[in-house]
Amino acid sequence: MQDLLYFFQQLINGLTIGSTYALIAIGYTMVYGIIGMINFAHGEIYMIGAYTALIAITGLASFGVAWLPLILIVALICAMLVSSSMGWAVERVAYRPVRGRHRLIPLISAIGMSIFLQNYVHLAQGSRNIGFPALIEGGFQFGSSEGFQMSLSYMQITIFVTTLVCMTVLSLFISRSRTGRACRAVSQDLGMANLLGIDTNRIISATFVIGAALAAVAGLLLGMYYGSVDPLFGFIAGLKAFTAAVLGGIGSIPGAMLGGLILGVAESMTSGYLSGEYKDVISFSLLILILLFKPTGLLGKPEVEKI
Amino acid sequence: MAAQNFKHALFCAVITLVISYPILGLNLVAEGTSVGLEGATTGTVINVFLAAVAVFLFQLFRDNIMGIFGKVPNLNPLPKRGPVSQERRMLMERVFFVAIILFALLWPFIVSRGAVDLATLVLIYIMLALGLNVVVGLAGLLDLGYVAFYAVGAYTFALLSQYFGVSFWLALPIGALLAALFGFVLGFPVLRLRGDYLAIVTLGFGEIIRILLNNWTSLTGGPNGIGGIPDPTLFGMEFGRRVKEEGNVSFHETFGIAYSGEHKVIFLYLIALVLAIFTLLVIRRFMRMPVGRAWEALREDEIAARSLGLSRTAVKLSAFTIGAFFAGFAGTVFASKQGFISPESFVFLESAIILAIVVLGGMGSQVGVILAAIAVTILPELAREFSEYRMLIFGAAMVLMMVWRPQGLLPMRRIQIELKEQG
Amino acid sequence: MLEVQNLSMRFGGLLAVDQVSVDVQEHEIVSIIGPNGAGKTTVFNCISGFYKPTGGKILFRGQEIQGKPDYKISRLGMVRTFQHVRLFGKMTVVENLLVAQHRHLNTNLIAGLLKTPDYREREKKSLERARYWLERVGLIDMANWEAGNLAYGQQRRLEIARCMVTEPQLLMLDEPAAGLNPAETKELDQLIVSLKEDYNVSVLLIEHDMSLVMGISDRINVINQGRPLASGTPDEIRQNDDVIKAYLGEA
Repeated sequence: MQDLLYFFQQLINGLTIGSTYALIAIGYTMVYGIIGMINFAHGEIYMIGAYTALIAITGLASFGVAWLPLILIVALICAMLVSSSMGWAVERVAYRPVRGRHRLIPLISAIGMSIFLQNYVHLAQGSRNIGFPALIEGGFQFGSSEGFQMSLSYMQITIFVTTLVCMTVLSLFISRSRTGRACRAVSQDLGMANLLGIDTNRIISATFVIGAALAAVAGLLLGMYYGSVDPLFGFIAGLKAFTAAVLGGIGSIPGAMLGGLILGVAESMTSGYLSGEYKDVISFSLLILILLFKPTGLLGKPEVEKI
Repeated sequence: MAAQNFKHALFCAVITLVISYPILGLNLVAEGTSVGLEGATTGTVINVFLAAVAVFLFQLFRDNIMGIFGKVPNLNPLPKRGPVSQERRMLMERVFFVAIILFALLWPFIVSRGAVDLATLVLIYIMLALGLNVVVGLAGLLDLGYVAFYAVGAYTFALLSQYFGVSFWLALPIGALLAALFGFVLGFPVLRLRGDYLAIVTLGFGEIIRILLNNWTSLTGGPNGIGGIPDPTLFGMEFGRRVKEEGNVSFHETFGIAYSGEHKVIFLYLIALVLAIFTLLVIRRFMRMPVGRAWEALREDEIAARSLGLSRTAVKLSAFTIGAFFAGFAGTVFASKQGFISPESFVFLESAIILAIVVLGGMGSQVGVILAAIAVTILPELAREFSEYRMLIFGAAMVLMMVWRPQGLLPMRRIQIELKEQG
Repeated sequence: MLEVQNLSMRFGGLLAVDQVSVDVQEHEIVSIIGPNGAGKTTVFNCISGFYKPTGGKILFRGQEIQGKPDYKISRLGMVRTFQHVRLFGKMTVVENLLVAQHRHLNTNLIAGLLKTPDYREREKKSLERARYWLERVGLIDMANWEAGNLAYGQQRRLEIARCMVTEPQLLMLDEPAAGLNPAETKELDQLIVSLKEDYNVSVLLIEHDMSLVMGISDRINVINQGRPLASGTPDEIRQNDDVIKAYLGEA
């Protein structure tokens, strides 16, 4: 019984983290699906979302606002606004001018952007990690009071629900809306979509904005969950999310969700049963193994080399 | 048209405000356990608004401004001349190398100890950048975990000296060969991946190495690192005030001169210089050998190269392994120079810096890479008051280079093999 | 020497090549012709190892080679060109030929670093072979040009020379006349015939335009929509009703 509870605890923790990875992974996978580049600066966009949310929460607190739903909604809107603007600007400044050049050029530009944004926040907000207030406290406890107690916190429930809502909205948007259809068309064949009169530049911008907005949601959630942020907060999370996107099959949105959840669970099982220090090793090893044995991921389409 | 321009310009200005004001204008400060918010100085706020205005004006008059830029005939400092002949170019390069080596030889005797120490660091970066240049510039493989091989070299020396008392001279080839072995073992499975996947996998590998170094405390000392790494000796002569190892003698006593801490620094500098020259010459030779041609051919057109019987894996692996070898070299020198190493020296940012040197210098160009290594290492030291902006400028420079001049400051001019007229 | 038996290649739901058989004997020029999109290049990509066929056998001198890596197949002595010329554009013409001779060179790194006499000798020999072939295809004056700067017809000839320095037994040409003017095409035909006559190389040729191959081919295979349509001597093909229909239907 004890062991089972412990296992379920790891599972819950893993799914919590995993669903936020999925939120970030959407940004990687959509951008890759459309223009075939790895948006290396995406982790930083997420980090900026977390910072903005914290700034908004702190600002509201100093005005004496104490009603939790209002605080959360305002923080969420601010974070999404700033992150999506950042996502838009990054694409305009660093990616659009190099689009279509050799594959490595946009990637190097993206690495430069990532370093720039990290240091931008570092210079403005300092390098120390800053405490993030735990706005949603408490939760359910299971198990006897002597032995191991499994807990499911309200924060974790919030993360699940929010992720679920975001994913549903995104799926509806992609399948139903005009822009969503155009997105799918562009990811099938950019040149053709252009010929058919779709404003591909606008669609690409929209992709960055959507990805950034979802990353901002993840930023707020993970900031609260971990209880602190720092300028390097985005780098590892970004790599994890990229791993999730590749695991699920890059370019595939359901793949990103699946990949995020699997990665999250794999990590929490490693921390739970081996050692927390090696969880990053596990996820990077997983990334290397997938790329070696199934580079198209779990739900990705196979590619044929054009000769 | 004008109205649309105005709308776009206004939009861009608003975006500028949105992405800069909250982050720059409102600073989070820790107040005990809680967090407070503080407005930034008026100067910062004014700057944010000025930036927005500048973006607005630029976007509004974008076409005119671009037109003016277009009219400036050539922003290139070296106006286009006719193509320099191969022989002349080789001569010029040779003159450049000889001049810079002569200068480097005189350097320690005309400047302070600090400057010599800095120059040693520059030489380490030159070795690293020349090595990475093989991988990225010549073979066209983006390696974001290059620092891992640097770490292998440094830790090999540190551990061998700590556990087995191995000297610098023995550790130097062992470290380089071990780094090359790591490159080979990693490269074997991953090199068939496509370019951008390869970049991410090498990044992951670099992180794995760093995490292992950080957590394998019993062997590596974890975050505390390893200290007491010995200095190199010259034919058994030590450079310390007192001889540490039995059987050795001290340099200053042998020559009957007064002890000076500078001797050691200069000696280490000269070793680094010799190794850097060795790196330069060996790679230069490789570039003219069949293996060098194979790297370039694979970079130019992988499918054609394969159709001619070049094994993609073998060719890439050779570049990867050779690159790793020189990183191991540099790592050993680094460990000896610092006397102490910890995982902190081998973070991703270090890989990014070396990559930036290669990119700024002009991928593939050895002269460019050497100049860029000097610039990137020395400029932040010269402008210390801006040193906190170093990485910010770095990131921005990488983006700008890719946008405006992806071939680098001094683009590679290939060393071509010519068919001479017969008879 | 080359025998392709019931080759099939499927991409997802699309059967691009269906049960195609081709064989090439020593000292023979064999052509595969068919309308655009008939699957000719896919057949080539399977034979040269770029694609792993989903069905059928490919034998080279009695040895099964289907699914072998591309570079190994090339090393067996079967070298190909590409429909859209693939040169190393930034390398010079002569360097293009040197790259192709990597096997004849001592690839040992140490020997190269030390410039051993043996290494020098090999380098010299490969330069000589390059010179010979450049003279043969009439590109000797452009030897030190960047390959990307050559005219289209010259690039085609360089690509063939680059195959020939590897001393192949079977040369596979993918639409070698595409984009050439009539004079250049005629020159090319002569070159191909002379490769067979003077260097004892068998040639497998893909052409989209029928008239070009009629004159030089010993045998012709016609495929249409991935399936074999007819095979035989040029005369037989010329009179084959199915072939006439397929071509007229296309035109």
